[in-house]
Amino acid sequence: MIIDLAKFIAAEQPGWDELDTILKKIEADPHRPLPLDQTRRFHYLYERTAADLAKLNTFANEPDTRRFLESLVARAYGEIHETREKSHRFQPLRWFTVIFPQTFRRHINVFWLTVVITLAGCLFGGMATLLDPESRHVTMPFGHDRMKPSERVAQEEKAKHDRFAGEKATFSTYLMTHNTKVSIFTMALGMTWGVGTIIMLFYNGVSLGAISVDYIADGQGKFLAGWLLPHGSFEIPAILIAGQAGLLLGRALIGRGTRKNLGERLREISTDLVTLIGGVGVMLIWAGLVESFFSQYHEPVIPYMVKIVFGLVELTVLILFLWKSGSRTKLTG
Amino acid sequence: MTATRTSTLAIRTPEGVVFALQLASPVTRFLAWGVDFVCIMVATSVLGAVVNLLAIFNLDLSQAVTILVFFAVQIGYGFFCEWLWRGQTVGKRFLRLRVVDARGMRLQFSQIVIRNLLRFVDMLPAFYLVGGVATLLNARTQRLGDLAANTIVIRTPQIDQPDLEQMLAGKFNSLRSHPHLEARLRQKITPVEASLALQAILRRDEFEPRARAELFTRLGQYFRSIVEFPPDAVENITDEQYLRNVVDTVFRSRRTEA
Repeated sequence: MIIDLAKFIAAEQPGWDELDTILKKIEADPHRPLPLDQTRRFHYLYERTAADLAKLNTFANEPDTRRFLESLVARAYGEIHETREKSHRFQPLRWFTVIFPQTFRRHINVFWLTVVITLAGCLFGGMATLLDPESRHVTMPFGHDRMKPSERVAQEEKAKHDRFAGEKATFSTYLMTHNTKVSIFTMALGMTWGVGTIIMLFYNGVSLGAISVDYIADGQGKFLAGWLLPHGSFEIPAILIAGQAGLLLGRALIGRGTRKNLGERLREISTDLVTLIGGVGVMLIWAGLVESFFSQYHEPVIPYMVKIVFGLVELTVLILFLWKSGSRTKLTG
Repeated sequence: MTATRTSTLAIRTPEGVVFALQLASPVTRFLAWGVDFVCIMVATSVLGAVVNLLAIFNLDLSQAVTILVFFAVQIGYGFFCEWLWRGQTVGKRFLRLRVVDARGMRLQFSQIVIRNLLRFVDMLPAFYLVGGVATLLNARTQRLGDLAANTIVIRTPQIDQPDLEQMLAGKFNSLRSHPHLEARLRQKITPVEASLALQAILRRDEFEPRARAELFTRLGQYFRSIVEFPPDAVENITDEQYLRNVVDTVFRSRRTEA
């Protein structure tokens, strides 16, 4: 029990002020390590202030001082007891070439699940188009149901002028931002225990399957490959990786097969979610540029074989990147 | 770590010390979002007007940059502000709210990103209905983004030092003639009770006369029952004066000796 409160406060105030100063220094630049002697001092001051708070907790006439100490102890507690590694200074190149592919590979099983769900959607969409041609009005987005593929191909190949002239940058930016929003949404729907993410992936698969079968059945497979491969080789994997993040989130919420509590499970995957969705964003920037400046131009402007080879090269590079990049670098965190 | 519907989150440190964080109510958070929404609108309008100047040189480029700026402000506003101000946006600063780690740990960048990206689900179908319902159902008033990111939003009210000198100076305190009972009062009164008495005295002029009389009658009865003073100390003084004496007794030592 404190006998003389005024004396107690006067004696302890310098320690509280010193702790506050150290905390402000840490908060201003979290990356700068404290020297060992200052770290020891910081720890000592934290423990002393915590003890002061415990003493003051039963003392009625200092509610403001108690609140001040609570806030001081709360701030110091976060710094002292934080066991997660302090985030390094962001290095974009290292993050993209090492951390992103490593994170992708660490959860590769979840990625394969997204592939299976999308393929199931493709199968459903393809079968629906074959067995019930009227379903194309439901399964095909962006007005692809309004004309036959052969009519569209003929129209595109006869085009005398560049329909995107003066709009390429706008169209490209629109695609990037739209696809990024869809990807974030796909990930965020993981909060529905993964159900929303599965529906999004399946629906994407349905559209892809329906359009693909429609073009192939109409003898326009070459056009389809030349049209979709250049940007789709990045765009489709990007959506799948967003789905991977969503399913990771859903799995953490369900928590099957682990004794960790919900908070710990979510804490474990939080950095991985941000890495995956960040990587998706970068991939979609490339996909948007290619779709706007390359994919929408067909023969005779760009031969289909050139577009197909370009798309295949991109896909190969992406697979190699995700499979191998950063595999020799060991992460410290 | 315990949370109650009375909107505080108590965290017990390994040293055995307990500190409490005051959770922000859903309504306050909605108001903060309203302020942020206005900020986003203003920022996009101003930046949009600036970017439109690019149309003089290239219309396509101007439109592309406009789309990019809108997207960056809408998505990045929360990240940028909360990272820059350690868990606060303009709206949260205005309403004295702050995002913190749910276990009282340091707020990580990944937590900020996740809670802001998950807004896409929280804002469904409109006006943050999903997020709002989630905060009402959750004991720690977390929306889905907070749940996924392991964050909570707390109140950080600014506590002004009461001007006790002006309020109590020159007033006779009849309780002073019984120092041993004053000591017992200081010992028995809880921090919440002391704060209640102080707030009642500080805000006495804000009440309607009838409500003021009723309030001080009830408080007077309660505080008289904590420690019983001899009749000569408490007779012929109003309940409000009695409460003023209690505040003087409880808070006096620091004022006079500091």
